[in-house]
Amino acid sequence: MSAATTSGVPATAKVVVIGAGIVGNCLVGHLSRLGWTDIVLLDKGPLPNPGGSTGHASNFIFPTDHNKEMAYLTVESQNQYVAAGLNNTCGGIEVARTAERMEEFKRRMTSAKAWGIDARLVTPAEIKELVPFINDEILLGGYYTPSVSVVDSLATGTMMRDEAVAKGALKVFANTEVLDLLTEPAAGGPRIKAVVTDRGTIEAEHVVVAGGVWSPRIARMAGANIPLTPAVHQMADVGPIDILQESGREVAYPIIRDMDTFCYERQSAGSMEVGSYAHRPILMRPDDIPSIAESALTPTELPLTYDDFDPQMEQAIELMEMLGDAEIRYAINGLLSLTPDANPVLGETPEVRNLWSAAAVWIKEGPAIAQLVAEWMTYGYPHMCDPHGSDISRFYPHEKTEWHINARCNEHFNKTYGIVHPREQWASQRGMRRSPFYAREEALGATFFDARGWERPQWYASNEVLMAKFAGQCEPRTHEWDGRWWHPVINAEHLQMRESVGMVDLTAFNEFDFEGPGACDFLNYMCVNQVDVPVGRSVYTPLLNTHGGFRGDLTIQRLGEEHFRVITGAFDGGRDNYWFNKYMAEWNAAGKAAVTFTDMSQGMCTVGVWGPNAAKTMAKIVTDDTTAPYDLSPAGFPYGAVREVLIDGVPCTMFRISYVGENGWEVYTRMEHGLKLWDAIWAAGEEFEIIPVGIGVYAVTGRIEKGYRLMGAELESEYDPVEAGLARPKVKSPDFIGKAAYLRAREDADKNGPAAIMCTLSMDSQRCADGYDRFPTGGNEPILTLDGERILDAKGRVSRVTTAGAGPSVGKYLLLAYLPPQHAVAGSKLQVMYMNELYPVTVEVAGSTPLFDPADARMKS
Amino acid sequence: MRVLVCVKRVPAPGAKINITADGQAVDTAYLAFTTSPHEECAVEAAVQLVEQHGGESTVLTLGPAEADEQLRYAASIGVNRAVLLPITEHDWDPQRTATALAAAIGEIEARDGAFDVILFGNESADSGNFQVGVRVAHALGRPMVNGAKGIEVDGDAMRVRRDTGAGVEVYELPLPAVVGVKEGINLPRYPTLKGRLASKKAEVVQVVPGAEPGGQRMITLVQAAEQVSQTVILGQGPDAAPAVVDLLQELGVLK
Repeated sequence: MSAATTSGVPATAKVVVIGAGIVGNCLVGHLSRLGWTDIVLLDKGPLPNPGGSTGHASNFIFPTDHNKEMAYLTVESQNQYVAAGLNNTCGGIEVARTAERMEEFKRRMTSAKAWGIDARLVTPAEIKELVPFINDEILLGGYYTPSVSVVDSLATGTMMRDEAVAKGALKVFANTEVLDLLTEPAAGGPRIKAVVTDRGTIEAEHVVVAGGVWSPRIARMAGANIPLTPAVHQMADVGPIDILQESGREVAYPIIRDMDTFCYERQSAGSMEVGSYAHRPILMRPDDIPSIAESALTPTELPLTYDDFDPQMEQAIELMEMLGDAEIRYAINGLLSLTPDANPVLGETPEVRNLWSAAAVWIKEGPAIAQLVAEWMTYGYPHMCDPHGSDISRFYPHEKTEWHINARCNEHFNKTYGIVHPREQWASQRGMRRSPFYAREEALGATFFDARGWERPQWYASNEVLMAKFAGQCEPRTHEWDGRWWHPVINAEHLQMRESVGMVDLTAFNEFDFEGPGACDFLNYMCVNQVDVPVGRSVYTPLLNTHGGFRGDLTIQRLGEEHFRVITGAFDGGRDNYWFNKYMAEWNAAGKAAVTFTDMSQGMCTVGVWGPNAAKTMAKIVTDDTTAPYDLSPAGFPYGAVREVLIDGVPCTMFRISYVGENGWEVYTRMEHGLKLWDAIWAAGEEFEIIPVGIGVYAVTGRIEKGYRLMGAELESEYDPVEAGLARPKVKSPDFIGKAAYLRAREDADKNGPAAIMCTLSMDSQRCADGYDRFPTGGNEPILTLDGERILDAKGRVSRVTTAGAGPSVGKYLLLAYLPPQHAVAGSKLQVMYMNELYPVTVEVAGSTPLFDPADARMKS
Repeated sequence: MRVLVCVKRVPAPGAKINITADGQAVDTAYLAFTTSPHEECAVEAAVQLVEQHGGESTVLTLGPAEADEQLRYAASIGVNRAVLLPITEHDWDPQRTATALAAAIGEIEARDGAFDVILFGNESADSGNFQVGVRVAHALGRPMVNGAKGIEVDGDAMRVRRDTGAGVEVYELPLPAVVGVKEGINLPRYPTLKGRLASKKAEVVQVVPGAEPGGQRMITLVQAAEQVSQTVILGQGPDAAPAVVDLLQELGVLK
């Protein structure tokens, strides 16, 4: 492979981007804007349309999304299309045929308010006025977004590419096939070395896979896994249609999304594009996609399978009668990328250093995601927004199999236009990971929620008997939406735990052991807080990115001089695992005192025991290895201490800590001892009426009363520890990731006050216009001034609900939200919007002081 | 007037056609199916004849059960009736096909009355034997013109036009007659959504074909050598002009 120079491709490059679709094109543009040079862009197909999903995209953007990350990236992408002069604003209406959809529109109005998107609810008559050819008689109403647009994704990509070429930063090679990706051994695993093409080999420092539906196949050449599947989205172009032709414009009428039939109608000059997400999921393998030569159109424009599309035609004609006489001119099974959780797959692959994924990205979010990935490559972490939901390292091994990808994609494809509840549970791939307590929990009537494969009890039917005891404090919710994936028994579990004692299955935790002479220094480098604590002590600490925003938060137990155990949650285990290992490899490679990593998670189970009677319960069964009773008093076993003990003879690690505000312990043991441990605690607690407590208490009611922050909710990379109320009085002297930025943030806050402060708010009234109480789900509901205005802080971030939940012990419904200092004052009166209605709220606490038991007396008694 | 149009289910062209490992069939993994362009025009001609003269049109095919798709496509653009002669093999040789078709047509005509016009495509897009239509016409004892680029029916006669290298030939045939239609005779319409939906409800009558194999045997299919064309970029922008001029002179476009 020495023909590089003669065959056209350079022998070396700083970065090779594979794929010239919307992502690859915008990525090379953004990289060049960030100062990168020596970039090579490859595509197997011709330009400007190499034959991937970009080429047949419908190219429209509906900006409203309930998910903050995707909403931000979509609106920011639309801005970039505007800046390119290739955004054609036409407006768009989502129309409802069902009452349930009308409810969903109220929720969309709420999200639109949060993100500052102009939108309004419209009547069937108003829809008819905007779209005269629609059958308004079958509609209940609509959700109208004037800013909906059609963009030119090919031209935008070409512009971004040309911009980089004009700067001399980029060389482009179309019709160039990638044959292999070469890696070389490096610290912590293989590192990308070169891209082998049919025109020669390019040695490269970085390689980005932006190959859309082919991405898994390309990544596999290097031994990496990009978990996505090509899937069919059916689309037909029908025309000519007089009224559309007479408009004389590419898009004169608002785009219609017929939400309840999962179908859209989008004008395309004189004809109408009808697209569907209603047909059966049709998944393909990347290797089964035809080549360019084998494709009648392009590889991602397969022949329409009419039988799947026919029902949509009938629905389309029902909505727009004129479509019936329009001719089917072009009809395809268009391929697009689906992932197991419907989010993009971005970032450095965990398997191969400097091999990046920028895949499973739609036109609506392409340009901004390209910028995000470019920032990630430049700064080590994106600045523009937290990529939490899109981070490729989020996947656990079982989630990267074709089996899992297909199961989940089959399940969520028809939810593309669906109404998805924030607490909605997956139906497929359940029971993948079960704790040793599972059989007991099942017998107690647990309702299980999925936590990345783990089955976790959310609440227990066995506790329903307590609902009479706490009558008036565990009422059902009137509105079905508020009560969906929820049960009033959660409040009873909460109150009983606060009154006596409860057991919580925490086996979904990840446990990472760091050992060796460098363990302490390495973890100090990774973490904000001082981890060099005495053996048998612990530390809670944020992890920051280089920019000073949150990258993680976790607790660390010091089990020995050179032995630390990191405890982190189920939802962030993959990301934390990747982050630690990436830096550990660099640490060891730099010749510093060595440190090793062992993932203990699969072998360990955990049960939390909390409540005023937790100590009495445990005192009956905890011994040291001589069978002598163990001193569990606050003096003998202080808060934050970690001890090796025997419980009914089972070797366990007890950790005195609490996420629910009660005295008690997390008890860890090996998986095989789990059932005996559970039974021992259960038996010991019987005289105290011990109950099983679900995650509904642990993660919501118990936590929110204590104001504890959660990664991915309150803790995101846009915010820093000062704003989150997690800054300690002093900063440790050793260097750590993000330290400089963190120090700047502290100085800034000292001078000017923080731009935002995490607050606990309570709802003054939950009474809706229909006369019953509503319960926000904590899905980014905006906090508004009394005038109904959005609240933006000095950094432009909007105040919104990050967590919502009942506070049974404080008798209030609580919300967590960042507020700028002028509003972050206890007693301050504001409003929250939920389902398009306003409710009065009061700031209870500004900062991290808990609303319940502010002095933490219960935990430390 | 009664019009019959005969079609054949063939892989949609437009891309590289792969052949199965045993060389006995086209690998259809990536292919859609259609009828040949000539037959699309024949179907359009059938619909137009009925639009002009009244009566009804029938589409007929001999093929696998999946050929139902091609019958319904014809129905979706306006053909009134559909007949399938189901076979379990991939394809029948032209002699056998023609025998089966003639027999089936005879059966239909005995029941429902004679067809005034029977239309074929000039040749099929896959095997291209150029003979089924002629054989059927011969078996039925009816006159036939192939390569038709124009059809006019006037009372009991039909005028058929076809292009030759030297000019235009015009034939007059007494009805009933058979015509092999060539692409370009008309511009076939696309189905409308309503047409597509109506075609789903169309009745497809099955007639079991009976005919012994003919004399022609397919031994194996061979992939045609790929035609490689080299693209030479003459330059970019105004700098390319001299090279373009040279090339045009070389081709004799400029003198």
